[in-house]
Amino acid sequence: MSSAALLEIIPLRLRSNPWISLWLAVFAGTIILMLAKEAVPLAFKYPSAWKLPLDVWISSFMKWLINDLDFGLFTFKEFTRAMAWLVEQPYLLVKSLLSTGFLKGTGSYAVQVFPRVSWVALIAGLMLLAHYIKDWKLSALVGACFLYLVVFGQWDSAMVTLSSIVIAVPIGIVGGLLMGIVGYRSPRFRVVLMPTLDLMQTVPVFAYLVPILLLFGFSAVSAMIATIIYALPPMVRVTLLALDQVSVEVVEAGSMAGCSPRQSMMKVLLPSARHSLMVGVNQVVMLSLNMVIIASMIGAGGLGHDVLSALRRLKIGEGIEAGVAITLLAIALDRLSQAYANRSEPLHAVGQQSIWARHPYSLTFAGIVGLTWFLGIYFPVLDTYPESWQITTGSFWDDLVRYININYFDVLEGFKNFLLLNIMIPFKRFLLALPWISVVAVVGLGGWQLGGKRLGLLTASLATFMAVVGLWAKAMVTLYLCGMAVIIACLIGIPIGILAARHDRFHGFVSVAIDTLQTLPSFVYLMPVVMLFRVGDFAAMLAVIAYAVTPIIRYTDHGIRQIAPHLIEASQQAGCTRNQVLTKVQLPLALPHIMLGINQTIMMALSMLVITALVGTRELGQEVYIALTKADTGRGIVAGVCVAFIAIIADRMINAWASRRKRELGLD
Amino acid sequence: MNKNKYSVRIKTLIIAVLVSLTMPATAAVESTDPIKLTLHDWTGQYLTTNIMGEVLKKAGYNIQYVQADYIAQFAGLESGDLHIAMEMWETTGKQAMDASLATGKTVDLGETGMDAKEEWWYPMYMKERCPGLPDWKALNKCAEAFATAETSPKGRYLGGPVTWAGFDDERVEALGLDYEVVHAGTDAALFAELESAIQREAPVLLWIYAPHWAVAKYDGEWVEFPEYTDACYEDPSWGMNKTMAYDCGKPFGWIKKVGWKDGEKKWPGAYKAVRNFHIDNEAMSQMIVEVDLEGKSVDATVARWMSENESTWMAWIK
Repeated sequence: MSSAALLEIIPLRLRSNPWISLWLAVFAGTIILMLAKEAVPLAFKYPSAWKLPLDVWISSFMKWLINDLDFGLFTFKEFTRAMAWLVEQPYLLVKSLLSTGFLKGTGSYAVQVFPRVSWVALIAGLMLLAHYIKDWKLSALVGACFLYLVVFGQWDSAMVTLSSIVIAVPIGIVGGLLMGIVGYRSPRFRVVLMPTLDLMQTVPVFAYLVPILLLFGFSAVSAMIATIIYALPPMVRVTLLALDQVSVEVVEAGSMAGCSPRQSMMKVLLPSARHSLMVGVNQVVMLSLNMVIIASMIGAGGLGHDVLSALRRLKIGEGIEAGVAITLLAIALDRLSQAYANRSEPLHAVGQQSIWARHPYSLTFAGIVGLTWFLGIYFPVLDTYPESWQITTGSFWDDLVRYININYFDVLEGFKNFLLLNIMIPFKRFLLALPWISVVAVVGLGGWQLGGKRLGLLTASLATFMAVVGLWAKAMVTLYLCGMAVIIACLIGIPIGILAARHDRFHGFVSVAIDTLQTLPSFVYLMPVVMLFRVGDFAAMLAVIAYAVTPIIRYTDHGIRQIAPHLIEASQQAGCTRNQVLTKVQLPLALPHIMLGINQTIMMALSMLVITALVGTRELGQEVYIALTKADTGRGIVAGVCVAFIAIIADRMINAWASRRKRELGLD
Repeated sequence: MNKNKYSVRIKTLIIAVLVSLTMPATAAVESTDPIKLTLHDWTGQYLTTNIMGEVLKKAGYNIQYVQADYIAQFAGLESGDLHIAMEMWETTGKQAMDASLATGKTVDLGETGMDAKEEWWYPMYMKERCPGLPDWKALNKCAEAFATAETSPKGRYLGGPVTWAGFDDERVEALGLDYEVVHAGTDAALFAELESAIQREAPVLLWIYAPHWAVAKYDGEWVEFPEYTDACYEDPSWGMNKTMAYDCGKPFGWIKKVGWKDGEKKWPGAYKAVRNFHIDNEAMSQMIVEVDLEGKSVDATVARWMSENESTWMAWIK
């Protein structure tokens, strides 16, 4: 009988004993190794002669895929190019409508044959739409967001960005929903799906940028495809979670009423899960807009490009203005889509009515578009907002950063040095000094204890992979940077999430704040942070925290709010104080959501490595970035996969812990 | 510019059919397909690319500007998705360019005439705190002056992005400098730190390249290392350190134009014009200052240069 099977028989409490001895053994082994460092150099530095040349293999595989793979009738590259063409058509249509106008000819020969929708018409149309699906409040919000774009001179760039978002977001939502549904129906597909999602979310975009550009060509389409790959996973995850949470009674009621599987999905499951699904929609919108900066590096242009070029010239104010435009675009789109999904079923008109009564909104919109287009010929203001009417707060921001820099630099420097010298650097040195064999043992043993033998084997082998491909030191620096950031993010995020769940007004404030944090390109605040904290790990960590804190807040808040009210009432009747309700009922019940939040925080922290590489950290993100600049596909992907493996190890161990905890609490 | 657009619109409404039947000024050029010029993310490159584009337009070519990453663009240049890249710096892009040229799908279109200069740089006020500068031998005496809490007692040198191979770690070792090399991930981060330090008149020693606006905006000097030769990088026995290479300063370098090879058959005239393109550091620096420091638009600056140097660019497209 294996030891694991033996362990199953021993009661839970007694089971801890063998674990303690195992942990002690690993601990003692590590100490011995560190004392006898010279005797076993192998344990500290994986011999480079044994390094697996995986990067070389991947590079040559990609070369074969792009140059040689032929299906007979067409090559692989022709196939991907055809797909790009398919996605490009709706994009070009939207872009003509919003940005360039309808053109005849290409390049500088192009002549406009029909103008784009004017800013007046587009704002009016969106406000009408907002009023139609919800109320005047939403209408005012959307109007204000878009008016900002006009007044601050961001309109032209914003329309380019909007064109690609308008195409990428629906693909992300529908694709994510479909994958989620298939995953819900087929456990086997789910087994493949989950690690794929982890890879999609955590392999830094730079790692697959070169292959994407080769396969899909140099155009906005490649940027959109990268955006979709990055933004889709949360939708799949949320769909799975939401469908799992639909209570069995509801599903059974559906099947008793004679629903086919299809009807059960469309009429029962999805509508019941609608509110949870909207979290996913929100995430797709936010993440798509978050990709705007990276997308602009490979040809998407628009607002992302404005942010980058402003910051390269150190025009912090300009960068902030363009960054805020991205955020406002995100907020407007998110609120519109939320409102649309939460809309109550429209009442169907009975009997014959005039066309005006049946379509008041569409006709008003058509009227405005026609009118502004016609008037626009004589009054150019209606078509293009004049530059002299634009305002800018650019110098205000530059002055503010300058003021803080001159007056508070020493205070900030003291704070930074304290954290850096006392906590961060010792932690980093400690991780780097550990023998890799010990770390693999710890990870494996932890996995085994939390989730059984199979998990232990998985985590240990994923950790070994990083040593085998020769990236151990960089992986440890990654662990250090992201680990610190995640711990701090949780310390900040969970209390905020709890507060937000208990106070509605605070909740409103927090959701705006985290939407801003998540969509305001981190590059925008990264440069002021660098000015105040210098290039290095600390600046990078602040940026990671600012970005990764959002999911933990969101999921904590949502997790507490979705608890059935009768459970709270029951506990109050049992005499619980408000704090007891929180600690004994709400938090334990919200635990699955909170854990998903931590999980997402880890994913986000790792996905920020792409950005932190830009301020000079020396971890896996930098390795990927270097590979990109050398167009070395294999090297980038191997480093990217290492990032993903760290994510998967963390994810699996957290999930194993959470589900054991749930079992212990009798929540399953 | 707006007025012009509207008059075009009215015209097109009236004579849309006629427009669709005739193409503007196409008789002279070999192909009316758009030539795609890549734009990256620094001002100088915008200027050279826009000048080239406008000149080619004058010659009747169809021009399209495409945003693309400096290095990732090679994938596009090799496949013919992109056609012309106007600035490939020896100091930063040589490796990627050589790899691309080796595929035989791209072609070297010659130098732009500008020289890339890059070296360690410090603002003028640091000279008072370290009187021996700009000679590099003074650096060790002033290591404390350039130190921060993290690097002390060593000085802190902020190097360029790791990807822009500058061999600074090797240089520090070969010359026995008491400095720690910290790499900025991007030049945006690099100049953010410089701006911050200059606002506070704080110590800073960093890598700067030219042509760039920073050299024009801030008062400072380059550190003078033993002069670069190829032998210094390749031969350890060269120079003061007999066992290590890199015991010298950084090379000046060319800035070259690169193109998609088959494009030369498609638009031979345009490629010839690109090969002829030539501009010097001085003219370029002046334009960069106009755009980055005086706030003029790239279009306006390019237009100014074009009108003042008509004979120059007319010769390119002859």
